[in-house]
Amino acid sequence: MLQSFSPNCGLPDAPGVGYKPQHFAEIMEQAEPVQWLEIHAENYMGAGGRPLAQLRHLAEKFAISVHGVGLSIGGEAPLDPQHLSRLKHLVNWLKPASFSEHLAWSTHDGHFYNDLLPLPYTNATLDRVCTHIDQLQEAINRPMLLENPSSYLAFTESTWSEPAFLAEISRRTGCGLLLDVNNVFVSATNLDFSPQGYIDAFALDKVGEIHLGGHDEDEDDQGRPLLIDSHGRAVVDPVWALLDYTLERSGPKPVLIEWDNDVPDWPTLAAEAERAAFALSGLPNSGTASSAAKRATG
Amino acid sequence: MTQTDPKTALGSVDQATFTQAMMDATQDVPLGLVDHEGAAAGQRFSVYRNNVAVSLTEAMHSAFPVVAKLLGKENMDGLSGLFLRAHPPSSPLMMFYGVEFPAFLEGMQQLSHLGYLGDVARLELALRHAYHAADAAPIDPMLLAGQSEQALLDSRITLAPALHLIRSPWPMHSIWRFSTEAGAAKPKAGAEAVLITRPEFDPIPQVVNPADAAWIEALMQGDSIGEALDQARTIDSTFDLSSPLTLLLQAGAITGLESKG
Repeated sequence: MLQSFSPNCGLPDAPGVGYKPQHFAEIMEQAEPVQWLEIHAENYMGAGGRPLAQLRHLAEKFAISVHGVGLSIGGEAPLDPQHLSRLKHLVNWLKPASFSEHLAWSTHDGHFYNDLLPLPYTNATLDRVCTHIDQLQEAINRPMLLENPSSYLAFTESTWSEPAFLAEISRRTGCGLLLDVNNVFVSATNLDFSPQGYIDAFALDKVGEIHLGGHDEDEDDQGRPLLIDSHGRAVVDPVWALLDYTLERSGPKPVLIEWDNDVPDWPTLAAEAERAAFALSGLPNSGTASSAAKRATG
Repeated sequence: MTQTDPKTALGSVDQATFTQAMMDATQDVPLGLVDHEGAAAGQRFSVYRNNVAVSLTEAMHSAFPVVAKLLGKENMDGLSGLFLRAHPPSSPLMMFYGVEFPAFLEGMQQLSHLGYLGDVARLELALRHAYHAADAAPIDPMLLAGQSEQALLDSRITLAPALHLIRSPWPMHSIWRFSTEAGAAKPKAGAEAVLITRPEFDPIPQVVNPADAAWIEALMQGDSIGEALDQARTIDSTFDLSSPLTLLLQAGAITGLESKG
């Protein structure tokens, strides 16, 4: 088996943002407080041109997290060998600080549906997901991070809670976890559970990255709130509060702002990262103070 | 209602069932999908129906902005909805989604009065492929200048991976330009051949005359410069290769030169 995930390798415990090409010039000029960038793997699988040229420049200055959105790790079918080899190629040349994917499926019968579709938490799903993660980790020769989904519904057949399911996958495969705090808030609202209780049950020692993003508000058939993970607006206050709750328990982590739709100008996105920097700075063992202290004593 | 209580439905929801119901809103929400109280998922399942349709429709708008502009937003939304069900993506590389769209447009009876749409979509598709094509360093133009005429005619050219040439019985480029450039001339009826090159990162489409197009097409098929010249002269007996050759050199579209022998 490969080396298991260790929380001390990978991305810096500092704010990062999802990279959007329209911010390239500003990021290259002055990215503070952003210290690392996340890209969607599938957007950098063309043969050449501007996307890859920009990525090469960014990778010279920043730690890069590669976030896959198309492998369909939860799919019933075997992983697409072609896509596996594309991921392997990207990881080999880019040598990113981290690679992550989702606890979800997106491909069925050879068709890709461009969305993260839900899984029942059963032993059968567990076996399948672990097999796929083993294959991926072997292909990219490193441990990956697996992200918790946003849930809009539940499966009657599920026999595992989500935090226990993720912890078991991590135990079996050696993968780390990507904790999306906004997804926790969305799922907790939609399925009426305590988001703090979810964090308490989560394997925080396996977390290699935290995601934050905005969501939309809708209603279900009974008029109850139905939150939708849209990545199209600013992070809301209760999600920032849940981040604080998480960081108090996990210690400092790499924290990413995801804003994929209606992408704002750079100052707006940087202000969100600034707020993440502030959340991290409140911690006893974090940020530049901690790095300086390490240098002084190290 | 005589539906089975979803709480007691034992059937597991496999991904084939889920997909079918997701892509066809007239189908029932699969049993076994519930809210936190065990009631049928109802509207909650529509989130997935909606996410897939909206994200793929948005992908179509950004892939074919000129076709979308020519059709209007509402029509483009409607056509995208039909297209994404007939041709869901076959790969997670969304940058190449929509390869079947030109032929799909041409097959739509109600669009037969807009015969040029398919070729405008082809042009947009080719621009997108050119944008993502492999990088290749252009040759030094002096390489050509140092050759005798016969040596030059016997040489074969390697063209940049980003180069495309498409032909249409419609003024496809003029229509495209009229939709993208303020003050562009109104399209006039007539066939157009369009060359796409990518000097650096931005693909540039331009109209080339039929003989130049024939010469470039022959080069693309592996003909020598001289063989391609013979092809072009069948279209225009006064064809002179200096102008299309300069065009390709200036666009950085020649990436290799292989002399005979």
